[in-house]
Amino acid sequence: MVVDPDAVFHALADATRRDILMRVIRSGQSVSELARAYPMSFAAVQKHVAVLERAELVSKTRRGREQIVQGEVGALRLVARLLDGYEHLWRQRAAGIERILEEEQ
Amino acid sequence: MTVISSTKDVSALTLTFVAEFAAPVEQVWQVWADPRKLERWWGPPTWPATVDRFEFKPGGAVRYHMTGPDGTKARAWWVITDIEEPHRLEFDDGFADDQGEPVDPEDITHGVVTLEAMDGGTRMTTVSTFRSAEQLERMAAMGMEEGMRLAMGQIDDLLAEG
Repeated sequence: MVVDPDAVFHALADATRRDILMRVIRSGQSVSELARAYPMSFAAVQKHVAVLERAELVSKTRRGREQIVQGEVGALRLVARLLDGYEHLWRQRAAGIERILEEEQ
Repeated sequence: MTVISSTKDVSALTLTFVAEFAAPVEQVWQVWADPRKLERWWGPPTWPATVDRFEFKPGGAVRYHMTGPDGTKARAWWVITDIEEPHRLEFDDGFADDQGEPVDPEDITHGVVTLEAMDGGTRMTTVSTFRSAEQLERMAAMGMEEGMRLAMGQIDDLLAEG
């Protein structure tokens, strides 16, 4: 699976989509179940799910007449790896600040 | 310096980093407010920063560049969005083109810095929120370079020993 970071970031930039993702990572839900959870139309929820699906953050499987939306952790791992790198940078920065403050003692 | 905590919120694309320093709030504030101090710690170790323009006030523009090991310059900018001296600083940070102007004003990292006095020192909390992947990828890669160099150096040493 090749994750497109731009698609992932775009998908995660919206609070409703983040909320949908958290729900379906906990347990798969049908689009109609999701639609009941938000004060918006079925079509609007479907659109959000489609954005998440393009970013490969969720996948859909058919269960009878329903489409079940499930969370995919692969794309989130990519973001986690990038944030790890950024955290490393902040540790280096904090050490740099410490050096300056110590010199001034 | 003690790193108290570092919290990643993967779905909200934020990193919250908390560190404590044995210095008063006013002194820690100066590492942000004094460009000569800022440039000594802001860039990754292999990409030291040079501040070219520094308007440290709300709405103010900051321009800086970071110089890589091979002399490559990575230009970047801030817009200061809020200042409450000496406790709070908010800014947008992004990469710039060769003229120093924003490549994409939407492709930013929003930073919120708070400094609180605590027993014998200062607690600094920085919350970084990313809007797109590119910045995070670039900064993470630049920050990792030193680690990768060290790792490569160790491999070289091992090979030399062999």
